[in-house]
Amino acid sequence: MIPTWRRIRARRVETSDTVTLELEHSPADAAPFRPGQFNMLTAPGIGEVPISMSGGAAPGAALLHTVRAVGAVSRALVALEPGAWIGVRGPYGTSWPVREARGGDVVIVAGGIGLAPLRPSVRAILDERDQYGEVVLLYGARSPSERLFPGELEEWRGRGLEVRSTVDVSEPGWRESVGVVTTLLPAARFSGPRSTAFVCGPEIMMRFVAMGLLERGVAPERLFVSLERNMQCGIGLCGHCQLGPLLVCRDGPVVSWKRAAPWLNVREL
Amino acid sequence: MSDLKPLLERHPFFAELTDSDLQLIVSCAKNVRFRAGVHLIREGDPANEFFLIRTGQVALEIFAPGRGAIDLQTVGPGEVIGYSWLFPPHIWQFSARTLEDVRALSIHGTCLRDKCDEDPRLGYRLMKRFAQVILQRLQATRLQLLDLYGKPT
Repeated sequence: MIPTWRRIRARRVETSDTVTLELEHSPADAAPFRPGQFNMLTAPGIGEVPISMSGGAAPGAALLHTVRAVGAVSRALVALEPGAWIGVRGPYGTSWPVREARGGDVVIVAGGIGLAPLRPSVRAILDERDQYGEVVLLYGARSPSERLFPGELEEWRGRGLEVRSTVDVSEPGWRESVGVVTTLLPAARFSGPRSTAFVCGPEIMMRFVAMGLLERGVAPERLFVSLERNMQCGIGLCGHCQLGPLLVCRDGPVVSWKRAAPWLNVREL
Repeated sequence: MSDLKPLLERHPFFAELTDSDLQLIVSCAKNVRFRAGVHLIREGDPANEFFLIRTGQVALEIFAPGRGAIDLQTVGPGEVIGYSWLFPPHIWQFSARTLEDVRALSIHGTCLRDKCDEDPRLGYRLMKRFAQVILQRLQATRLQLLDLYGKPT
C-alpha cells in the first residue's frame, strides 16, 4: 500500500485537458505490467487515483500514463511538470486477453480517453501482427482535436491495422466519419464469431457497442470491457469499487461482457 | 432496368424483401454515380428520391450563417440517405455532400409511393425498414447529444 516515488521524465500534452506522463525507470519495472492494468498514482498532498498504463509494457520501455484533468487529483497530476515527483503503486487488476486472442480477429473499440488503456494492447498485437487475423480499431472522440495519439493512429494504419475514427462534432478539414462509434461497426471488416473484442470508453458507449458486437456475432465471453468504479485501495480490500460480486480493482478493470452485463443496468450499484 | 435487381438484392436495406417486392421497386430505381465533393441533395430543394449508398462516404450537413456547412453525420456503404420524400412537404431538411466518389441506387419517391399505395403489403414492409433505420439514427443522435466524451459532471 506504500507507493514508490518516481520523477516525471517527460510530459506530453495530448489534448486541451489530457497529458501523458513519462516516468523515470525504477527497479520495479523489471516486472512489467500487462496491457489494461492500472497503477494508483499519488499527487503529493492531494490524493491517489487509478490510472491505466498507456505505454511501456515492453521491458525497458518508459512507463506512460495518460491522465485527463477531471477531479482534484487528476487536475494536480496533469499540472505537474518534468522533474516533479509522483507516487506509484501497482500494477493492479486484470488485463486485455491479448495472447488468448491469437489466431482470430480482434476488434478494438475505444471512446475518448478510453484509447489510452488500449494502446499497450494495440502495440502488443502489432508486435506480433502475423499471429492475428483481421485487426480493427474503431475510435470515437468528441472532436478531431480531442482525439488521442493522432500520429500513432496513422502509423498503426500503415502496420496492418484497419483504423476508423469518428467524431461527435466535426471541424474544418476533417475527412473521416461523423457520428457515434457504434455506426462504424456494421462496415468494419471482422468476423464476429471468430473475434475477440476489447472495448473501453464511457459506460453508456460500451453498452451500445456491446449490443452492436453481439449483433455481429461476437460471443459475450470473448467481448471484454474495461470498467471504471470508485477504486481506492486497488487490491480488493476496501470494497469501494464493488459491482455486484465483482471488486473492479481486483476482478477488473478488464471483465468479460458475460460477467459484467448483468450488473451494469442495476441502478442501485 | 431489370439488371438493377441484383444490386437492390445485395443492398442491406432491401434484405428480406421478397422477389416480387423487388420486381416492383426496380422499376423506380436507377444507378447513379457522383464525384467527390458534390451535393446529392440540397437543403430546401424538393425531395422526391432516396439513395441507397453502394460505395463511398457522404456527409449530411446543414448550413449555418457565419459558420458555413456543418457536418452532422457521415453515411457509408449499405446505408440510406433521404426520408423527406416520404412525408409532406417533401422538402430536403439537410444537404448531403459526397466525401469521395460515390456509387448509389436512386429510388424515385413518387414512383415508389404509388406502388405502395397500390400494394399496401409492400408499403408496410418498406415502412418497417425505414422505421428501423430511423430508429437507429435516432438512437445514434441521442448518444451524440449526450456528449459522452465530455467531462463528467
